[in-house]
Amino acid sequence: MGQIQLTQVRKSFGEVDVIPGIDLMIEDGEFVVFVGPSGCGKSTLLRLIAGLEDTTSGTIAIDGKDATHLPPAKRGLAMVFQSYALYPHMTVRKNIAFPLKMAGMSETEQAARVERAAKVLNLTSYLDRRPGQLSGGQRQRVAIGRAIVREPAAFLFDEPLSNLDAALRVGMRQEITELHQSLKTTMIYVTHDQVEAMTMADKIVVLNAGRIEQVGSPLDLYHRPQNLFVAGFIGSPKMNFLAGAEAAKHGAATIGIRPEHLEIGAGGPWQGTVGLSEHLGSDTFLKVALDTGETLTVRAGGEVALRHGDSIALAPQVGKIHRFDASGKALA
Amino acid sequence: MARAQSPRRRLIATLAAWGVALTIFFPVLWMILTSFKTEASAVAMPPQLFTADWTLENYAEVWQRSDYPRFFWNSVFISIGSTLLGLAIAIPAAWSMAFVPGRRTKDLLMWMLSTKMMPAVAVLIPLYLVFQRIGLFDTRLGLILALMLMNLPIIIWMLYTYFKEIPAEILEAARMDGANLWNEIVYVLTPMALPGIASTMLLNIILAWNEAFWTITLTTTKAAPLSAFIASFSAPQGLFYAKLSAASAMAILPILILGWFSQKQLVRGLTFGAVK
Amino acid sequence: MSTQSTRLAARLMVAPSVIVLFIWMIVPLAMTLYFSFRLYRLLTPDRTGWVGFNNYLWFFNAPDFWLALFNTLALVGGVLVITVILGVLIALLIDQPVKGQGMLRILVISPFFVMPPVAASIWENLFMHPQNGLFSALARGFGMQPILFLEDYPLWSVIGIVSWEWLPFATLIFLTALQSLSSEQLEAAEMDGATPVNRFRYIILPHLTRAITVVILIQTIFLLGIFGEIFTTTQGGPGSASTTLPYMIFKQAIVAKDIGRAAAGGIIAVILANIVAYFLMRGIGRHLDN
Repeated sequence: MGQIQLTQVRKSFGEVDVIPGIDLMIEDGEFVVFVGPSGCGKSTLLRLIAGLEDTTSGTIAIDGKDATHLPPAKRGLAMVFQSYALYPHMTVRKNIAFPLKMAGMSETEQAARVERAAKVLNLTSYLDRRPGQLSGGQRQRVAIGRAIVREPAAFLFDEPLSNLDAALRVGMRQEITELHQSLKTTMIYVTHDQVEAMTMADKIVVLNAGRIEQVGSPLDLYHRPQNLFVAGFIGSPKMNFLAGAEAAKHGAATIGIRPEHLEIGAGGPWQGTVGLSEHLGSDTFLKVALDTGETLTVRAGGEVALRHGDSIALAPQVGKIHRFDASGKALA
Repeated sequence: MARAQSPRRRLIATLAAWGVALTIFFPVLWMILTSFKTEASAVAMPPQLFTADWTLENYAEVWQRSDYPRFFWNSVFISIGSTLLGLAIAIPAAWSMAFVPGRRTKDLLMWMLSTKMMPAVAVLIPLYLVFQRIGLFDTRLGLILALMLMNLPIIIWMLYTYFKEIPAEILEAARMDGANLWNEIVYVLTPMALPGIASTMLLNIILAWNEAFWTITLTTTKAAPLSAFIASFSAPQGLFYAKLSAASAMAILPILILGWFSQKQLVRGLTFGAVK
Repeated sequence: MSTQSTRLAARLMVAPSVIVLFIWMIVPLAMTLYFSFRLYRLLTPDRTGWVGFNNYLWFFNAPDFWLALFNTLALVGGVLVITVILGVLIALLIDQPVKGQGMLRILVISPFFVMPPVAASIWENLFMHPQNGLFSALARGFGMQPILFLEDYPLWSVIGIVSWEWLPFATLIFLTALQSLSSEQLEAAEMDGATPVNRFRYIILPHLTRAITVVILIQTIFLLGIFGEIFTTTQGGPGSASTTLPYMIFKQAIVAKDIGRAAAGGIIAVILANIVAYFLMRGIGRHLDN
């Protein structure tokens, strides 16, 4: 079981409210990603759930039981840290067995569980090495191994992939997703990378300045962002925003259109000049300076024979315009 | 910052460095050589670096006429005892300061260090009286306590700087893994900081071994260590150079040898962890 | 960044150290303060009473008090200057790619292992002795009169001995600091056309700032209380030429057996130490941050 409920959770350091008050329900077995820019409070929120920090007020319930004042060890959660936080003086075997030893489990049971975890994570041949002798990806697996042997109610991941290089990151991303599918245990995953969020999550929680901007499935956030912040944060390249007269035509203070929802062709309402063009083969990204002064990013499929200085016209796809009011809220 | 250099410059540098190092070491060497001379050749003019009539007699005589083993064991007990007791008190304190720092942590450290600035002579009489009153005068326990307190600020400071190099995340990981404070310190922090703790230990054993103010003033016979032995030796013996040298050598050789063997860790310790 | 329970634990774990150090400091200090206002002579134990500031006044009016104060500061300052300058030079020398660096370190560190009474007696008897010392033999070998170190230059002699004891400490700290200086920095400076003097002035010396701070701080703490070396060699003399404040206090307590006066001297020494500490912290404490 691993259902976690936050009720009016608030955290302040001295005068500063890092998290002014959050309500959130995480269902058993869900893969939830906390995403937001650095300093948005996502790591703090995770540490509150872990019990590494005190909540200033509010309650955290795990499986319906109040855990607000329980020490980390008593919450039945496991955490994978950004730096992996492996014990450098212990072998991989001892690292993975450490939580079991702390729980007072018998030696034989410890050994059996470590073997099982090592098998799942392809670590069997490294069990007698020390963390210093392992590659970044292997260290990451050891950290995950240390988390899974305890069979926790939920896993907490604090930006676990940010120390890996790009290629390894994609691989580990898939491994963690597969792990979730086989274990079916609740996972809470913190990242600033919206691609990680989109690819891994069942449910994304977008945080900004300690507040939840929106909670929803990846595609939900992509198609129906509730405000300017989420619209701008989710999706890559970022959504284009136009204000002023153009927005007023659609009865909004601001309108947004994703780069992939712009069509190139004569007769489009927005005329401009190509600035930067990036040709990736599969896609072409164009920065278009509109005659009205704004800049739009366009994503065109395949190869497009447009270069710096060419003039083009752009048209939004029907129904793909997002409209926002003056306060940034999405209009239905 | 070793850099490539021409062989000739390298030779000059090597010679100069050895010249300087030998000069610094020479007084110790001269004392050791003198300890093997007869009294006559010890004061021979012109002085001789090596003599033909070298002898172990000085050592034999110092050994016979003094109770060397007692002084030696007192030194061992007092220096190791005060260091271990100091570590036991300092490790938790350094843990607190390194991993749960507050606004006052720096001030607290400086205050602790400042207690060492109080000239020992200034508080000699009160301590003497207190030690007499509570029965610690001329006991090993008394000296262990006094030297532990004398060196505690330095032990704490050194451990603090070593502990600060350990990422807090690892201790948090231990907490998540179900370790309580005791387990966290015993299974994670202490083994990780072992090199630093070893340096701290060595340096403090040496400081305690060489302490010569409290050991002389707070003991008479029973608990007197080697530093008191050498002070008492030079007083009534007059100027018997060879014997004085032998006694001096016997007082410093144990720690000199320990120091030579643990030189690497010690240099790290000598910097009080404050210089990398 | 921690929970209330860890903060509480932290306080509990730092408490023993704070408490014992506080007792270790405050009990003797309070007693010293009490004695300093009392008539308390071991030779006339039945005559006691409050004497106000008389003990302090005696100190301030004593002819050798200001000399002792000067000597104390001169000893600390002299040893600091010598050990820092020589220490930096020797560290630069040993840091070159020389043969047998490990053995060099062992030789250089050795004086640190010599306890103060032994160090003082080596220098007094084997080197500075006017008849049998190595220095006098050397002088006579050159056909000169032997220098009477402890009689004619007592303070300088003590400074010399103490400098020898502390030189290894300074040298090894500087050496450790130098070894963490990347050669790339020096090579970049060389490419930029910096002369060896400039490289020392603008790269090496700034890199050593923290190390120098540590050396000054630690040595001052130990040097303010220097006693054994003077006791063994000059006994503060001739006259009061090498008497420092700690030694003057010692003479009052042990020789004159006037505990009241010694206590007043002790309080003065504590105040002096605090003044020195204050300037030390203000002057160089900032280099110690992080």
